[in-house]
Amino acid sequence: MLKQIEGSQAVADVVALCRPNVIAAYPITPQTHIVEDLAEIVSEGRLKAEFVNVESEFAAASVVLGASAAGARTYTATTSQGMLLMNEVIYCIAGMRLPIVLTCANRAIAAPLNIWNDHQDSMSVRDAGWIQLHAEDNQEAADLHIQAYKIAEQLSLPVMVCMDGFILTHAYEPVDIPDQKQVDDFLPPFKPTHIVDPRWPRGLGLYADPRFYMEAKYIQHRALEKSEETIKQVSADFRRAFNRDSGGLFKTYKLKDADVVVVSMGSIVGSIKDLIDRFEAEGKKVGLLQICSFRPFPREQIYETLKDKTNIVVLEKSISLGRGGILASDIRWTFPKGEKIKRRISSFIAGLGGRNISLDDLRYMVEKVEREPVELEFLGLRQEIIQEKDL
Amino acid sequence: MIENLDTIEKKDLFASGHRACGGCGQALAARMVADASGENTIACVATGCLEVFSSPYPDPSWRIPFLHSLFENAAAVAAGVEVAYKALNKGPVNIIAQGGDGSTSDIGFQCLSGMFERGHNVLYVCYDNEAYMNTGVQRSGSTPLGTRTTTTPGGKKRLKKNIPLLAADHGIPYVATATVDDYRDLQRKVKTALSIEGPKYLHILAPCPLGWGHAGDLTVQICRLAKQTCIFPVFEIREGKIISVQKVPVKKPVEEYLKLQGRFRNLFKKGTPTTDVAAIQKIADGNIERFNL
Repeated sequence: MLKQIEGSQAVADVVALCRPNVIAAYPITPQTHIVEDLAEIVSEGRLKAEFVNVESEFAAASVVLGASAAGARTYTATTSQGMLLMNEVIYCIAGMRLPIVLTCANRAIAAPLNIWNDHQDSMSVRDAGWIQLHAEDNQEAADLHIQAYKIAEQLSLPVMVCMDGFILTHAYEPVDIPDQKQVDDFLPPFKPTHIVDPRWPRGLGLYADPRFYMEAKYIQHRALEKSEETIKQVSADFRRAFNRDSGGLFKTYKLKDADVVVVSMGSIVGSIKDLIDRFEAEGKKVGLLQICSFRPFPREQIYETLKDKTNIVVLEKSISLGRGGILASDIRWTFPKGEKIKRRISSFIAGLGGRNISLDDLRYMVEKVEREPVELEFLGLRQEIIQEKDL
Repeated sequence: MIENLDTIEKKDLFASGHRACGGCGQALAARMVADASGENTIACVATGCLEVFSSPYPDPSWRIPFLHSLFENAAAVAAGVEVAYKALNKGPVNIIAQGGDGSTSDIGFQCLSGMFERGHNVLYVCYDNEAYMNTGVQRSGSTPLGTRTTTTPGGKKRLKKNIPLLAADHGIPYVATATVDDYRDLQRKVKTALSIEGPKYLHILAPCPLGWGHAGDLTVQICRLAKQTCIFPVFEIREGKIISVQKVPVKKPVEEYLKLQGRFRNLFKKGTPTTDVAAIQKIADGNIERFNL
């Protein structure tokens, strides 16, 4: 049913439809509305689940770890500092192959303290072994949660659904919330494969000495690489069941004849599409590749899609300080060295700490890379408040 | 579920052949706890000596389900197992979180406190060997006054954190202390705890021959002396009230406990002021008064 609702509520409604048995969360802006709405859904009896109000994000992740190890379908949500506090458990969940689903309401990281949107938080755990899916809008954010449970439980891999804090979590837009039967038909009950249960005593989380540790990591890495197929498959199944495109590895927009290709992810792709339409009206060919699956990073398929493109610009809300754009790094790595084709890959950092990214900013970016390649540029930087002595 | 409180249980649910040092108080205690709680138990163990010597892949010592995640989250993980059992309508099952004194009193104290406050039906067992032994005998919040560790070479200047009383102040229904020399008392407390709904806390003094500097065959004797000198009071608290205390009819001076252990050698070096031992005697005297030993 199409509802005019807040992004957080859409996610809460859909998570409830996925019937998690255990939800644990600690409040942090801008994640709060999701868990508040879920708390209400549970207290009204619309979802039969244990809702655990923990004392920290670290405990939230630990509670869902324990619950998942005991066979429950679990859910948690966090952002920013909360993600950092969870960090140790995030790695542990992945190493233990627990199919936990987590929403990251993407937000900047202190210092300076900042509650607004960028992608530094989920980037901080990109190497942990989770699948990371980025939503373009609230419909996709909602849909990705249904897909996330299916992917996670099929592969025994945790899935993080990333949605831009405030821009999506607090935005009201029409979202189609499926009915319970649709979700039940798509998402079968969780049948865990390895759990702690006195009927079959076994150990979970044993330590591995140098004879075994590397293999554990290799298997995890291979599982993540192979998950590309499942992510695609689940997205295709979702299209058949719900009649709309959501998720998958990546999507493209007006890419075919594009002279310049923008690569980006998250809610900013909406603005980029608007700009592309305007350029089109002006007779300029610009296209978009929007990443949904940042981890696993679908290198080969991106390569196949972009191999004929000679002018690529990566726009992202994250940076590896002292190195540069993180998504840009991955895109540059996508193309083998020594290619015959001469290719420019430019990198723009934008929107850190919630800085607005206007259509004018985006237009400036595209027009600049038409003229020259850009190694690294901060879009919309206010040079007037930067003093030479600080650099 | 719990049949006879006073029977000694030997079920070998924590199997021999693990890699603990000879005379390890924690290994002894872990076996007593596992055997007392029985097959229908899930052990959620913190990183530390116990985890390292009992759970290397592929040959763990546990014959009950064993779940290890991190150093500081055993209480939260156990809480997760408990809510999962509730949500899935499974059980009843005994859920026992276990950790050393470092993970309990320091790095994992927040998770422990949260688990108590939320009222999970979990027994938390702390094996107190009074320092970070797994990493090589560094001082913890549970290290007593005057103890020499690798990070307090001159002896610890601060008091031992009193976790049992901090646990009791959370208003949880059952808190007890025990020592590994008294099999029957320790197992009775495990069984009592498991018969009570809600969060429970059991604090077990578990000597570490390596870290404490005593021979492996003195573990039991040292525990007895800890009680006889009133350094370690053994008691039970039910709903905030002390309901049992192990009386000490003949009280020995603390020197008898301290002198057997290399970690207190500093106190008896020539030229060390006798006030240091007197300060420890004062702690024991305080226990006598507080618990009417």
